[in-house]
Amino acid sequence: MVILGDLMKKQGIRSDGRKIDELRPVRIEAGVLKNADCSSFIEFGGNKIMVAVYGPKEVHPKHMALADRAVLRCRYHMAPYSVDERKNPAPSRREIEISKISKEALEPALILEDYPRTAIDVYIEVLQSDGGSRCAGITAAAVALADAGINMRDLVTACAAGKVDNTIVLDINDEEDKKGQADMPIAYMPNLEKVTLMQVDGTLSKEEYKKCLDMAISGCMQVNQLQKEALRKKYFGNEEEEEGDMN
Amino acid sequence: MQEIRKKYVIPGDHIADGNFKNLLNAVEISNKIYATRVGIAEVGMDGAKVIPLSGIYIPRVGDLVICKVIDHSAMAWELDMNSCFSGHLPAQDVFGKEFSPSHDDLTKVFGIGDLVACKVANFDRSRNPLLTTADRDLGKIDSGEVVRVSPTRIPRLIGKRGSMINTIEQNTHCKIIIGQNGIVVVSGPSARDILISVKAIRMVDEGAHTTSLTQRVKDMLEGSTSGNIG
Repeated sequence: MVILGDLMKKQGIRSDGRKIDELRPVRIEAGVLKNADCSSFIEFGGNKIMVAVYGPKEVHPKHMALADRAVLRCRYHMAPYSVDERKNPAPSRREIEISKISKEALEPALILEDYPRTAIDVYIEVLQSDGGSRCAGITAAAVALADAGINMRDLVTACAAGKVDNTIVLDINDEEDKKGQADMPIAYMPNLEKVTLMQVDGTLSKEEYKKCLDMAISGCMQVNQLQKEALRKKYFGNEEEEEGDMN
Repeated sequence: MQEIRKKYVIPGDHIADGNFKNLLNAVEISNKIYATRVGIAEVGMDGAKVIPLSGIYIPRVGDLVICKVIDHSAMAWELDMNSCFSGHLPAQDVFGKEFSPSHDDLTKVFGIGDLVACKVANFDRSRNPLLTTADRDLGKIDSGEVVRVSPTRIPRLIGKRGSMINTIEQNTHCKIIIGQNGIVVVSGPSARDILISVKAIRMVDEGAHTTSLTQRVKDMLEGSTSGNIG
């Protein structure tokens, strides 16, 4: 039985010491794997996720190829040691679902028509899980796709908000996810202001729903800055904007 | 119209407002221009473009590419173009109109693993690029050091009106064949000269987005040709 009040220490402070609108510490790095075409790594609170991208490349089996666009294939997978008790490495129902929603969250941002008859493979490998891993995975995947030089309309950023102890909070962790009242992961294209993924688990009133959505989007905007920083760090280092002749 | 000289961008960055006829690696959404790649944005009167810093090679008609033979049938060779598409080189292009699959042996011209300089003769997205070797300086590459660079760095390696590549060639006396697909073949009078050229090419590959690169490459080449190659 859930003991309400456990998740909120006092007014506005959560069980892990965060404020209601505070993200967990986030660190993103682009281009961490040598052998993958492109890659990224994200630490989102306790989540540690590695993403590798291959492609665009020839499609195998060939019958899966689309004549006018690339095929985006996503695999979300949790390592056996990513959770408290060993997880069976075979794809579970949940992993198959998250693979599907990750693909659908990333697809609107990619200009797949530029790569006909090809495939883009995205591998999201959860090394350590701490609630909100689908959001962290999508965020890291967007960085890896940008690193791979695939044409994108915008970066996709994901963040969850939820209802804990009758309070709408940003970026719920594993404990809040399990004991809380609602969870709303959102994937968002910040520049185009478009939502590419929205799931809701739990019960929310109309007002709570609106507040939750606004809070998740504000979280996405914060995470987006970190995505941009990771890419800028890899490609431009600490260099200032170019104004001179590039020759 | 807004004028942005040069700006570092990542996908989704807003680079300009308004209508532009020519867009390269940029997309127009609700009269706003956004970058679609990580790179350097340039906005001028003629258009808005982003010079990308990462990405694979997408063939364009007329490109010189250096490919590796990976397979052949009775009628054509299949070549690895360092792209998501494999190249198709018909045997008739090499043997001429009198080509007969029963009399001519394709492996006598290009065997599997051979490196071939080709041009993209045709590419229309619906099928694999059609290659040709029927032009000057095209055909099998027998010797040289192969250097792989990012295809996005090739324009920088060539430089404005060939300034960068001429600098390297003049200082090292090497012959450098640059494939638009990111494969570069360096051949020269001595192993030392080839090594210096390769070092210069790597320098361009790593610092493509930086300023005054030609001068730095020149300084390195002048230092290397007179002293140690480091």
